[in-house]
Amino acid sequence: MHPAYSVILFTTASGAGYGLLALLSLVGISHGEASSLAFGLTAMVVALGLITIGLLSSTFHLGHPERAWRAFSQWRSSWLSREGVAAVITYLPAVVFGAVWSGLIAAPALIAPLAVVTAVMAMITVLCTAKIYSTLKTIRSWHNPWTVWVYISFALATGAVILAAITAVFGNFPAFLVYFSSVLMALAGIIVLLYWRSIDAAPRDLTMGDATGLGRLGTVSQWEQPHSAPNYIQKEMGYVVARKHAAQLRRLVIVALVLAILLMLSALAVPVAALLAMALALFAAVVQRWLFFAEAQHVSSLFYGAQAA
Amino acid sequence: MTSLPPPSAKKLGLVIDLDTCVGCQACTTSCKEWNTQGYSGPLTDTNPYGSDPSGVWLNRVHGYEVMEEGQAQSRIVNFPRSCLHCEEPACVTVCPTGASYKRAEDGIVLVNPETCIGCKLCSWACPYGAREYDQSQGVMKKCTLCVDRIYNENFEPEDRQPACVKACPTGARHFGDLGDETSKVSQLVAERGGYDLLPEMGYKPVNKYLPPRARRDATNTRAEALPRPDGSAFDRLFQWADKVLSPRKASARANEPDHSGKLEG
Repeated sequence: MHPAYSVILFTTASGAGYGLLALLSLVGISHGEASSLAFGLTAMVVALGLITIGLLSSTFHLGHPERAWRAFSQWRSSWLSREGVAAVITYLPAVVFGAVWSGLIAAPALIAPLAVVTAVMAMITVLCTAKIYSTLKTIRSWHNPWTVWVYISFALATGAVILAAITAVFGNFPAFLVYFSSVLMALAGIIVLLYWRSIDAAPRDLTMGDATGLGRLGTVSQWEQPHSAPNYIQKEMGYVVARKHAAQLRRLVIVALVLAILLMLSALAVPVAALLAMALALFAAVVQRWLFFAEAQHVSSLFYGAQAA
Repeated sequence: MTSLPPPSAKKLGLVIDLDTCVGCQACTTSCKEWNTQGYSGPLTDTNPYGSDPSGVWLNRVHGYEVMEEGQAQSRIVNFPRSCLHCEEPACVTVCPTGASYKRAEDGIVLVNPETCIGCKLCSWACPYGAREYDQSQGVMKKCTLCVDRIYNENFEPEDRQPACVKACPTGARHFGDLGDETSKVSQLVAERGGYDLLPEMGYKPVNKYLPPRARRDATNTRAEALPRPDGSAFDRLFQWADKVLSPRKASARANEPDHSGKLEG
């Protein structure tokens, strides 16, 4: 599948934003009001800013961005529509929670209930994003039970390192956050390894003979393309990164995550290392997401000469 | 509404005969011609006559080579591919706007070009590669089963058929109601063992493909070239006669084509 940069930015930025939002809600539940108004507002602006940048970027790849509002209508059947609805609804409890938690509005009793709603909505939105991909039967590497966990674990891990980086900047850096974000990054790494193992093990048992139904006669091969230059289907669905590059990029994701964890642990001594850890974790998330698209093979590529899918 | 309507009794679709299709592309060009002005039009092309053409077509004809078990020679099967107007089309249910829909009355799957946002998700959901995105217009395009022909009362009844069906010179494309067991197309499917593409995907395509018939010379054909001169007494006699009868002028002989059949070297 063609890795559209707008979609990669969208899923990683909004994922990190929702992860951060969910974790800020947990902070609100466990600690009550934010330690300072500046910290509270900064953290909320970063979370909602990432979410908003992601959502805006997702509209860049639309043919008609001005019609994007129509995407809220088909939540009964479409995960993309559900995601749009969930994303917009999440703003409401999130903004009110942010105002109360940061101390802009003095209503400490409301922090916990608002935090629960915000955290749940944030995770539901990430789930909807993942479901857009995992429900597509046409792409075997996405139609996989691990897909949802990859999206959720990367959202929480990147959200956690961003939270750690913000607290490091504000000087209220708790050791707990170092361990917590390291564990989440390790979990994301383990889950993505399991995801890769699962998609590598999945049988690619559909052939050109199955797609055309001509396999009933004998061995099928492509004799003539239907057109002289690549069409939309070939450009959009035909993009598959070479296997050897995929292997290198997978290693890059894991190395970046391991380095991010080491840097995060060293932030116990030098808090500013948390910022580097954040950069590396976000880098790992972007490469992972690029691979998610670039490694995916679409069934329709069988009509255009792919041997198996 | 992208939730699917209850299954319709009427299931309009195509039956494509892979035995008689000759791959002439008449159906694809006729489709383009009609639909670029029709419901889904225009079907934009960029640089259509240049070295790197690209454009939107609703119908594509592939060519596959099939090597059958026990055969010395392969066979070519021409394979038209367009929307199959599935009974359970995920391209419809994934659409976030309701632009992609399945008609309750006859099962035709359409895209409303006025409300499509161009997110392309429907094309990802289609296993058959039947939807093509129009970059110039920012909306998805697909086969309409010529909905603007088949019900068109300005046409004579015999012309109320999809453009591809009307254009096919070998009668390889048939249009009709596959929900009606007594219809001509349903009978054709029953007689010829018409099949679904990728039934394992679970989309339940309405369009059916008729498999190529078994070859008449299925068992005893062996690839053999025409005989060549083998240097026998007859060959040598003709060469001698050619030499005797030819004019003796060397320059004229050199320019003359050599019909002796003698092999080089």
